[in-house]
Amino acid sequence: MTKEKYSKEFLLEIYQKMVLIRQFEERVKFLFLEGVMPGTIHQCQGQEATAVGVCTALKKDDIITSTHRPHGHAIAKGVSVQSMMDELFGKLTGCCKGKGGSMHLGDLEKGMIPAIAIVGGNLPLAAGAALAFKMREEKRIAVSFIGDGATNEGIFHETLNMAALWQLPVVFVIENNLYGASTHVNLTIRTDKISERASIYKIPGITIDGNDVLEVYEASKEVAERARNGQGPTLLELVTYRITGHSRRDPCLYQPAQERAEAKKNEPIGRFGKYLVDNLYASHQQLEEIENNIEKELDVVVEAAKSAAEPKPEDALSDMFAE
Amino acid sequence: MQKMGIAEALRMAIRQEMARDERVFCIGEDIAIPGGWGGAFTVTLGMEKEFSHRMINTPISEAGFFGIACGAALMGMKPIADVQYADFLFCAMDQICNNIAKLRYMSGGKLNVPIVMRAPVGVTGRGSQHAQNMETFFMPLQGVKIVCPATAYDAVGLLRTAVRGQDPVMIFEHKLLYGSKGARAESGAIDGSSEIPEEDFTIPFGQAVVRRCGDDITVVGTLLMMHKCLQAAEQLQKEGISVEVIDPRSLVPFDYVTLKKSIAKTSRLMIVEESPKRSGIGAEIAATIAEEAVDLLNAPIKRIAAPDTIVPFSPPMENFYVPQVQRICNEIRQIILK
Ligand SMILES: Cc1ncc(C[n+]2csc(CCOP(=O)(O)OP(=O)(O)O)c2C)c(N)n1
Ligand SMILES: [Mg+2]
Repeated sequence: MTKEKYSKEFLLEIYQKMVLIRQFEERVKFLFLEGVMPGTIHQCQGQEATAVGVCTALKKDDIITSTHRPHGHAIAKGVSVQSMMDELFGKLTGCCKGKGGSMHLGDLEKGMIPAIAIVGGNLPLAAGAALAFKMREEKRIAVSFIGDGATNEGIFHETLNMAALWQLPVVFVIENNLYGASTHVNLTIRTDKISERASIYKIPGITIDGNDVLEVYEASKEVAERARNGQGPTLLELVTYRITGHSRRDPCLYQPAQERAEAKKNEPIGRFGKYLVDNLYASHQQLEEIENNIEKELDVVVEAAKSAAEPKPEDALSDMFAE
Repeated sequence: MQKMGIAEALRMAIRQEMARDERVFCIGEDIAIPGGWGGAFTVTLGMEKEFSHRMINTPISEAGFFGIACGAALMGMKPIADVQYADFLFCAMDQICNNIAKLRYMSGGKLNVPIVMRAPVGVTGRGSQHAQNMETFFMPLQGVKIVCPATAYDAVGLLRTAVRGQDPVMIFEHKLLYGSKGARAESGAIDGSSEIPEEDFTIPFGQAVVRRCGDDITVVGTLLMMHKCLQAAEQLQKEGISVEVIDPRSLVPFDYVTLKKSIAKTSRLMIVEESPKRSGIGAEIAATIAEEAVDLLNAPIKRIAAPDTIVPFSPPMENFYVPQVQRICNEIRQIILK
């Protein structure tokens, strides 16, 4: 799993973040199914290592863009969990004042443009942010998270071409969870690896195990530094699996039972926890303590979100124009 | 006769059209995946079993597959293209507006583009990008017909007309009217089901239907708003206000004959729509009536619409955005009691 030697604090922080994402998602799922949370949700259980691995390699003022499935990215980039939960409940105190909802979470102050729910629509925003950084000679980079499915939109190709042409400081991260909604990636793409597509734009394309958080971190660090040093964009494909529904109450009948069972065994938090214990970075007990603390933290967050102020109906009219 | 919801009725009608005409095929994302959902709202559920090679699952590539449907249509095929949410039509806009809509005209009428484009609309707790009533956007587009079935009966009749015709047709379907079941059920849904006769029937475009007869005011609405108008009419009847509800069913072409006949009786007109007021369907209808039949009116035309803003996520704001039955009732009272 690891090539470098990391401090215990660093590793436990990664673990803590992944668990926070998982538990946040499990809470949200429960609240949603219970009927107390409005809207629709797309969740990322099983994909925690991609969000955390990538974002841990970024600096505070680097920028990410995300998709219809943004909760993990937001947490990993440091968006306040309270402001996210409030947003999911449609509260005025949410990160988008209740105007955005689950699919448009974000907080630019933490380096996340509000998520874009049109598949592929977030790609050029990252490239555009990167263009701004390059023009102003700032040492910042942008990262676009997309799914495997998004790579079949025309905008993927337009964006990669321009980003490559202008050598923009941007990283395109594909979370290949094998499915775009209910459709398996083999039904939509001919190449074995999606990262092969990078070669036609003459940028590096890399495919790695997206459920190995340290591998994701190390690869992200490398390509982020490339981008930061003016060496241009990279297409980074992280192979993972969504161990929850595509959205809402999806029973996932299109996923073979065996595939699901294996994916559950391979999920990133269990794997990383085992690594930490096996290598004596932590005891089972310590990990459990981390989990329990997060549970308690989330109890508070959920209660606060439930009792937070609702927007007024007429607030629907504000925020459209700056002047 | 069999009672069906809109999703089920559309499924039946599409299957029948595919059975009677080999040129008909479906194309779209997630439309025919075993174990999947039959598109986003179950309309094509299970159809891959019957028509494996005419149910074409696409990658997420709207511009591409709408254009591909256009190319196939030019070669004499009859595609039914399904977009999961009408908002994603923006991704296919160039193919729809520049190719699908214009090729017949640009060829001097030598080519036909018989495409049916199905798109779910409506505000349903999903935030700004999965919410728009895109029918309004396409009103100014020349070269495409637009229909809006509010009942299962109309869905069947209009779909048949669309598939059997030679022109591009957009069918806007409402997420809250589908009657989708199981995991795809929608909260806040309204019953759009109807008895569907066994025999083959079609509904010509440009033929409105009077959903409820009344004497005091004519109220026009499509899709979900039509149902809300009916609910308002029901409430107001108890107060002695008699509301006539007209469902145009097709926006392009539009049946002004039926509408004028109704206004001649009621002398009042209200249009209710789910999209913002500016340049909406109401604006178009109101302008036409003002131009052609103002002498039939003895009250100003009233438009009830969403406010000129973007669809918000949070329920209090969303409920404010969508015209509600109470608001329709209040506005009607004001006009009548003036
Ligand atoms: C332009 C567009 N087309 C279709 C959809 C509907 N949709 C939402 S998510 C999704 C699947 C996306 O797959 P992928 O990019 O692999 O991301 P994942 O859901 O697996 O995270 C689809 C088809 C959409 N939101 N936007
Ligand atoms: Mg995917």
